Amino acid sequence: MNVPVQPGQQDRYTVLDTAPRRLRDFLLSWDVILVILFVLTIVVNSLVSPYFLDVYNLADATSNFSEKAIIALGMALLILVRDIDLSVAAIVALASMGIGYAAEAGWSPTMLFAVGLGIGLLCGVFNGALVTRFRLPSIVVTIGTMSLFRGLTQVILGDQALRSYPQGFLDLGQSYFIPMTETGIPWLFIPPVPLSFLVFLVLALIFGIVLHRTAVGRQLFAIGSNPVAARFSGVPVNRLRFLLFGLSGMLSGLAGALLTARLGSMRSNIAVGWELDIVTMVILGGVSIAGGVGSILGVFLAVLVLGLVTFGMALNNIPGQVISVYIGALLIAVISIPRIFERLRAWRAGR
Amino acid sequence: MTSLIKSRELFLALILVIGVILIGSYDPVFVRWQNISDMLTETSVLFMLALAQMVVILTRGIDLSVAANLALSGFVAALVSQYYPGVPLALMIAAGVAVGLLLGMINGALVALLTIPPIVVTLGTLAVYRGMIIILAGGDQVNASEMGDVFQAFPKQTFLGLTTPIWIAIGVSILFWLFLNFTRTGRGLYAVGGNPLAARYCGISQGRQEFLAYSIAGAVSGLCGYLWVARYGVAYSEIASGYELTVIAACVIGGVSIGGGVGTVAGTLLGALFLGIVNTALPVLQISPFWQMAIAGAVILAAVVINARAEHRPDKLILPEARRLGRDSGLLRRVKA
Repeated sequence: MNVPVQPGQQDRYTVLDTAPRRLRDFLLSWDVILVILFVLTIVVNSLVSPYFLDVYNLADATSNFSEKAIIALGMALLILVRDIDLSVAAIVALASMGIGYAAEAGWSPTMLFAVGLGIGLLCGVFNGALVTRFRLPSIVVTIGTMSLFRGLTQVILGDQALRSYPQGFLDLGQSYFIPMTETGIPWLFIPPVPLSFLVFLVLALIFGIVLHRTAVGRQLFAIGSNPVAARFSGVPVNRLRFLLFGLSGMLSGLAGALLTARLGSMRSNIAVGWELDIVTMVILGGVSIAGGVGSILGVFLAVLVLGLVTFGMALNNIPGQVISVYIGALLIAVISIPRIFERLRAWRAGR
Repeated sequence: MTSLIKSRELFLALILVIGVILIGSYDPVFVRWQNISDMLTETSVLFMLALAQMVVILTRGIDLSVAANLALSGFVAALVSQYYPGVPLALMIAAGVAVGLLLGMINGALVALLTIPPIVVTLGTLAVYRGMIIILAGGDQVNASEMGDVFQAFPKQTFLGLTTPIWIAIGVSILFWLFLNFTRTGRGLYAVGGNPLAARYCGISQGRQEFLAYSIAGAVSGLCGYLWVARYGVAYSEIASGYELTVIAACVIGGVSIGGGVGTVAGTLLGALFLGIVNTALPVLQISPFWQMAIAGAVILAAVVINARAEHRPDKLILPEARRLGRDSGLLRRVKA
């Protein structure tokens, strides 16, 4: 339907060319800021502590944040479509409890992981159904289900702990999935990798490809930018949101299985407060809480930055709550500094 | 539908009255004045924090840092009482309120001036405020024996049969009611939350209203910080941990819409009262306290579903309209095809 434009006739709309890409814009882009932060973290940490750049230490450090990071991938997609799931940590607890009882009944490690994934999926589907069927704000629904899921765990478990697991299951969480392999050349070796970190790497790759290279990924960005316009463009908005909640639940179940295998014991307060850590990872990763903006690369980098900052500070005997002061301040600073610059520029231009 | 919205508080109150009668008939201890007084004293902090949270939610915001703010300002009040025992009680309370106000103003400035999403700001400040207690005290806590006697005695005093925390909660509630219903600024909070653009065209500054809302929430958290620390006789970094979600739950049960612009003082107080009754009823009914959280969760979900039905917005304008037209003229089939 190309209508030839008559000479002298004005176009109805003028589509401007993209603004020229300048070096300054590139340097101020979120992913580059995160890369700089990442390099800075490594440099400062290895200057401060001689134990930082040790492959075994680093491998152990990854297992402290990999479970959260796995959930963060699902959370990133939810926040991208303007939703949020605050019940993830409670799902971890519920799934972990299911695994604990199944282990006492003598189930195999594979089945234990299946139990975790299944419980997680059920919880996620419950969230998704409430949010999409009843058209409720996800933040309120998941505050409710957080209380419900964690509450169920407390009701069933009371003050008990579950701590009998098959050795094969514990090995998955407590030993390196890929052992340290040297090739004879000093700088060329395969580092030891715990299962949880490997799972995170593989999932991050899959999520990155789906979000940035497939039609479904574009549809998620469309929902996040404007849900109504997306719906009118034929995007199955509610079906995708429902699937994302199911996915988030399943990832939480998976993380619950990995965490249980690593700890070898669970109580009803397992993973308390994780939801806020995970949301912090996603926001620091540059996913806009207003929806429609974000990248898996950003979340990946933010996970590494937060994980290494925490590890480095812990190496220097800084208590956990003080670390969270720095992380909270980092979150606010990283978000406000570009805005302050923007304000200053607008103010100067206004004068 | 509109009658349901108007009577939502009545509906909630009815459920509460029926619940209390049922529990009371099971065990009369529950409706004895001593038990009710204890329950109200216990819930007084929740009453005030829920009102403060409501003011923030009215502007389409959320304040996740109220409990951390409570812990830090309560801790500062306890420090004042520990190191300056001679200072009059009013000054100690004022110290708590002032610290709370300052922390709230920091939230407000970040939200209003830099337009950072409230959930991001308060998630960050939540961690910072709580951790500040460790940095301030080097991991120490202030125990009952180190706080002044007057400091701790005040929340246990009674006046006309009610304890001081209840009186303070009543006073704060009346102030909120007057402020939200009869002042221009108070109505402005509803306007900003209901429709920010329309509010701006009416000359109401969104930024100023938001700053005000977070400051109020901060000051109230500071006051509650003093009451909490003085009542339980200990101040350390973990007090009221996770309480921010209970506070939001009280608002949701009370019919405050997370979308902003909807919420009443009476509804919020009833929502907080509901949680207070659940907490005290469980031991009376000999139900394990482990049920507390699960029941709260189920109630939040039920409340939010009921709220959504009551305030059901006609967001699918085209189809119902077409259906109405279709009924008159047989247009429906054509629209469907």
